[in-house]
Amino acid sequence: MRALRTLLDQSKPHFSQGGKFEKLHYAYDALETFLFVPGQSCADGTHIKDGIDLKRTMFTVVLAMLPCLLFGIWNVGHQHYAATGEFTAFAAGFAEKAWMGIAIVAPMLIVAYAAGLGTEFIFAILRGHPVNEGFLVTGMLIPLIMPPTVPLWMVTLATIFAVVIGKEAFGGTGMNILNVALVSRVFLFFAYPAYMAGDNIWVAGDPARFVDGYSGATPLAVAYLGGMEALPAGGYTLADLFWGTIPGSIGETSVVAVAIGALILIATGIGSWRIMVSMLGGAVAMGVLFQATGIQPFLGVPPHYHLMMGSVLFAAVYMATDPVTAAQTEKGKVVYGLLIGVIGMLIRVTNPAYPEGWMLAILLMNVFAPLIDHVFLTANMRRRARRAFK
Amino acid sequence: MNSEPAVYRLARGLDLKLSGQARPVRLDLSSAKSFALKPGDVPGIEPIPRLFASEGARVLAGDPLFASKAAPEVKFCSPVSGRLQEVRRGAKRAIAEVVIEADPQVDFRIFPKPDLAARDQVVELLLESGAWVLLRQRPFNAIPDSAAIPRDIFISCFDTAPLAPDYAVLMEGKEEAFQMGLRVLRSLTSGDVHLGTVQTSVDLFRKAEGVKVHTFSGPHPASLVGVQIHHVAPISKGDIVWTVKPQDVAIIGNLAATGQFDARRTIALTGAELERTGYCETRLGTAIEPLVHQNLKQPRVRLIGGNVLTGQRIGADGHLGLFDDQITVIEEGDQPEFLGWLLPSYPRPSMSRTFLSFLSPDREYRVNSNPHGEGRAFVMTGEYERVVPMDLYPQQLVKSILCRDFHQMEGLGIYEVVEEDMALCEFVCTSKQPVQRILREGLDWMRAEA
Repeated sequence: MRALRTLLDQSKPHFSQGGKFEKLHYAYDALETFLFVPGQSCADGTHIKDGIDLKRTMFTVVLAMLPCLLFGIWNVGHQHYAATGEFTAFAAGFAEKAWMGIAIVAPMLIVAYAAGLGTEFIFAILRGHPVNEGFLVTGMLIPLIMPPTVPLWMVTLATIFAVVIGKEAFGGTGMNILNVALVSRVFLFFAYPAYMAGDNIWVAGDPARFVDGYSGATPLAVAYLGGMEALPAGGYTLADLFWGTIPGSIGETSVVAVAIGALILIATGIGSWRIMVSMLGGAVAMGVLFQATGIQPFLGVPPHYHLMMGSVLFAAVYMATDPVTAAQTEKGKVVYGLLIGVIGMLIRVTNPAYPEGWMLAILLMNVFAPLIDHVFLTANMRRRARRAFK
Repeated sequence: MNSEPAVYRLARGLDLKLSGQARPVRLDLSSAKSFALKPGDVPGIEPIPRLFASEGARVLAGDPLFASKAAPEVKFCSPVSGRLQEVRRGAKRAIAEVVIEADPQVDFRIFPKPDLAARDQVVELLLESGAWVLLRQRPFNAIPDSAAIPRDIFISCFDTAPLAPDYAVLMEGKEEAFQMGLRVLRSLTSGDVHLGTVQTSVDLFRKAEGVKVHTFSGPHPASLVGVQIHHVAPISKGDIVWTVKPQDVAIIGNLAATGQFDARRTIALTGAELERTGYCETRLGTAIEPLVHQNLKQPRVRLIGGNVLTGQRIGADGHLGLFDDQITVIEEGDQPEFLGWLLPSYPRPSMSRTFLSFLSPDREYRVNSNPHGEGRAFVMTGEYERVVPMDLYPQQLVKSILCRDFHQMEGLGIYEVVEEDMALCEFVCTSKQPVQRILREGLDWMRAEA
């Protein structure tokens, strides 16, 4: 530790004004503040400050995503070996499945972090501001929302696009309007739709080795076409949906993993429970409404099934709750979440091309979030003005 | 006539449990030799106010030392008698402190006692004697305009800040002066004098005559007078409300009864780095040295006049501020901490529940002045609202100040808050924004614009 500190102190002059690597100052600063909380003291204002900082906050979110990541890694392997018929039982071939999952997901993680952090470092050096911690979370989110078959170069491109257009163009962490991870996905969705939609992208590995007649359709796609009855026919039981042993994007399938993450975020006070609850409530309400009208897609699928299929839970817990892009007033968060739930379910049920709508619903509401806040702020200002006239 | 106390239960806020609470004992400390007044204690006083006495001059307690050129009738007067020892200057010759070397016995200047029915006599006395500057006017927390008549006067009679003194101890022996002070204040306002108390406040406050007594309960900042005003009678644009602290009410009462500016203060000595905590009797503007003499556990400390949220740092040869009724001594936190954000090496208070120490809610923390992270743009939302028990949007207010959006600042309630009301926001802010400084800039800008 002391050796590390000495090394940092000795190299500091090179990265400060007048030093050889003066331009790389914020790269050095990012490393130094990652290893050591700076030895500053409060200059003006309060003399003590809360122990929390943005690094610890981001770390907590990463912790909350770990269950999804770990289960997702195993599930990538499990879906492959189930499709090839080699290890169809859950307990069978754990090592092979885990290894396959790591071989697919780890490169994605490395590439996402490298591309994203590299872009952030470049912008920090060019613009002369510290590297912000926001990407620690985004870098893990991006692989979790990708299908396992997406090529690495696409992940790289999407990450760079998301960081540059989704975040840096607006001023960096804290200034973006759109959820950065979702920008990466929506970029791929519109630029390379064949890799993001369809039935054959959700299971990794060579499709020639799959068992005859195996369809890699997600439960959502199955239920969309055939309603409730098609699910058991497609081989999907309630237990499958609950534990997450179904094809889908890497991190989104397991209700249990997402629930653990939600618990961590709510218990630590980092994630907004209001957004999570109102979004799921809105989705359920919309689902019930569609059930009542007897609309053909998802015929007979009860609300709790809806919540366990697709990415609605993952989106509610990790995507919609991003504090920068969500509504910022507490009451606004409820309206924001509700509208995401309603619109997302609307897209899921009525969209003929792609039975999932959370990405688009959240991005749409990201744009509307300032308006929602504005309504509540204006109400507050009116209340105050009315008092002045009493 | 007494009104029935109304109870306000405030849910939002944060109580910080720090170690170093003042023990309920009176410390017998060597009497301070030097006292000082600081123009910087009150917003709106120019850096170089007009001086009435020069170095070496003899002054009595109550003799004027300086006044703002914009309001020369508002005199800042010496709290003790003695010799004007030094006018300490800061950057660009701004006056930092006017230091008096005190006589062993205080000689008072005698002022004529006012007829309480004649408001202008009372005002004249307070202006001349130096007691006027103990009053504060909202909005902006500046010295009251001598020509203005306030809508109400609010006095908060308890303190929920970290390591705050017990008002029962602070007011011991000042009961008659306090009651007289309330009578004086009643003559100054067109409305009421309001006292903010808790259920356990002493009868001096709970059974005060001729005033409206309100009961509050809840975590900090329930004791802040701004919060109390918001719940009892919020400030709208154009309203003028005065606030005073109870010990200063006693000073005013004593002044009206005896004609002497007897600026007695009981000060609480608090903080984990003090060997002996407790209370001591002294006067306004005392030097800090006698309070901490041979009382520090270690040399790397920060001496704060006031509490850790709103106090000012004081140098070893400095003096307490105009409104200080406590000192807090904490450790300086200027050491880097390896992976401190991931694996904290010592317990620290936090509103978030990301530290295991939240499992022991009664734990007392030995804090230091490390901000635990660097300044960032606003990311988290909802933090400020959890510690502001008012119908306000504090984060949006701060952002509107940063944008200098006049209308939004007004509309979101900048007239209702001063720095101390948002000090907890600064404490909990994940992005380490300098909230109080931003608010002060906004208030000064509003005052200049309006």
